[in-house]
Amino acid sequence: MNRINLLFQNKKSRILSVYFSAGFPHLHDTVTIIRTLEQKGIDLVEIGIPFSDPLADGPVIQNSSNIALRNGMSLSLLLDQLKDIRKEVSIPLVFMGYINPILRYGFEKFCARCAEIGIDGFIIPDLPMREYLEEFKTTADRFHLENILLITPETSDERIREIDDNSNGFIYMVSSASTTGMQKSFAGSKEAYFDRINAMKLKNPRLIGFGISNRETYDSACRHASGGIVGSAFVHALEQHPDNIPAAVDTLLLQLNS
Amino acid sequence: MKIQIDENGYYGRYGGAFIPEILHRNFEELSSRYLDILEDSDFQKEFRQMLHDYVGRPTPLYYASRLSEAVNARIYLKREDLNHTGAHKINNALGQILMARKMGKKRILAETGAGQHGVATATVAALFNMECIVYMGETDVERQQLNVQKMKMLGAKVVPVKSGNRTLKDATNEAFRDWCNHPDDTFYIIGSAVGAKPYPDLVARLQSVISEEIKKQLMEKEGRDCPDYLIACVGGGSNAAGTFYHYLNDERVRLIEAEAAGQGIDTGKTAATIHCGTEGILHGSRSLVMQTDDGQIIEPYSISAGLDYPGIGPLHAHLSEIGRTQVLAITDDEALKAAYELTRLEGIIPAMESAHALAALHKLKFLPEDIVVLTVSGRGDKDMPSFIAHFS
Repeated sequence: MNRINLLFQNKKSRILSVYFSAGFPHLHDTVTIIRTLEQKGIDLVEIGIPFSDPLADGPVIQNSSNIALRNGMSLSLLLDQLKDIRKEVSIPLVFMGYINPILRYGFEKFCARCAEIGIDGFIIPDLPMREYLEEFKTTADRFHLENILLITPETSDERIREIDDNSNGFIYMVSSASTTGMQKSFAGSKEAYFDRINAMKLKNPRLIGFGISNRETYDSACRHASGGIVGSAFVHALEQHPDNIPAAVDTLLLQLNS
Repeated sequence: MKIQIDENGYYGRYGGAFIPEILHRNFEELSSRYLDILEDSDFQKEFRQMLHDYVGRPTPLYYASRLSEAVNARIYLKREDLNHTGAHKINNALGQILMARKMGKKRILAETGAGQHGVATATVAALFNMECIVYMGETDVERQQLNVQKMKMLGAKVVPVKSGNRTLKDATNEAFRDWCNHPDDTFYIIGSAVGAKPYPDLVARLQSVISEEIKKQLMEKEGRDCPDYLIACVGGGSNAAGTFYHYLNDERVRLIEAEAAGQGIDTGKTAATIHCGTEGILHGSRSLVMQTDDGQIIEPYSISAGLDYPGIGPLHAHLSEIGRTQVLAITDDEALKAAYELTRLEGIIPAMESAHALAALHKLKFLPEDIVVLTVSGRGDKDMPSFIAHFS
């Protein structure tokens, strides 16, 4: 069984997935960040592949991507940095990034490297389901990589069913009609949307992401799904502690739990 | 081989819809309705009437006798510069805002580089009393103050974009982000034949009034409905799409595109996407893009703010790949020279974008009896600072 399925089989609630932009704050922080996140009890890590034009991201992740690129990060360097990661890290690892750098690298070559390294899957926000199924799925399946699809408050029930049928691993549930970024509260219509999805009894577990930044939003995610995904809030903590990654992770955990 | 878009929004292998899930419903809704709306008789009636009474169409097809003599061929200029707001952009902005209204949207978004599409959109938003937000790179805001002031006077909110390189592609990113945050009530009027399905086809159809008129006007003037050559400049490719539309499958007509070479295609300071770009995905469609080996988008350079986009509409990538178009790369200097030539020979100051198409006249070998139709996409008012800087 792959690491993602295993995680969701063994842990049913309060799963915490953390995103960071590889190459930020410093070019060679990648492995240290992943190792520290595992040591501090994070369940899953999303390794952000920086892109010059991240159109689904808010200002915090736009900024970390830009700095990562300026630091010299590239997809091929990132894959090199990760080549021995499975010698020391055992939690599930997925890539999160836009489709263009992956296509430029070569989708098949990318998948082959992921499999070699021990990456479990990927989240590509600008690769919709239809395009994935028609052009990319056969290759990803050959390398046993999970493609994590997103659902949003704008996604119809019918389409959610289709996404559920074509997912294995988990579904990334976007909290609100927005780009990535920190929000203070999920009260009101978001909770109604979370309840609606809950009532659909999907076969895949869900993690809620976009806007999780504090205890209120994280608890809300945990109440309505298997857990939450934190991106901007962690990147922001790294901005505050660029030379002390354990302190950045502690800051994040304190924010989510108190 | 018939050139047309397929049901998934592809011209050959270029096109598609690579968009975030949050926008899926909006794109689906537009994709499933735009053809019906375009063909609806009420829509057509209103659109045609407004093009005639408000925009000032049909624009003249002008036989440029002195330019013809200089080039030694029969040169006709399709005068899109005489449209209201000074460029072809208004054809598309008007069509899309009528569509937005039909779909019950209240809030209008646009991106703009030089400001021509922003002004056109702000104009129709004022006309139809709709809220309008125009995203414009901070660098462009500083360079194009006149258009910024026009948009403000028209009641639009101009948002200076501080992300990335602060130019057109960043403004486009920001417009998409705004749409992600307001998917319900908002319509994004994209200004060029780029973006995800159905925009490239929607924009081409709205601009196709250009070739529709050329056909009719040429018949009146020359007794035949097709020229030997059609010439247009390409940035994203909307005026070229409109100029070629009714001739795409007419093999008698040679289609010429002029893209911006900037300082030259080998200098690295260029916006010649078809010459220098490689296959990639930007702003929702697969096409040719200017990018690094790592797939990061490169900021292009051209003296023309309307041509310095790092991508190109998927139609044009396809046309070039199958050999239907001949694409010429025109440098800043060649464009400037051509702008002066037209001004002195015909008393028409063209937009810097259109000057690229004019420069192509000197790179082609015509027969004296060849009929050439060249689209002057806009007027040169906005480019006066560049003209002055270069020739003072």
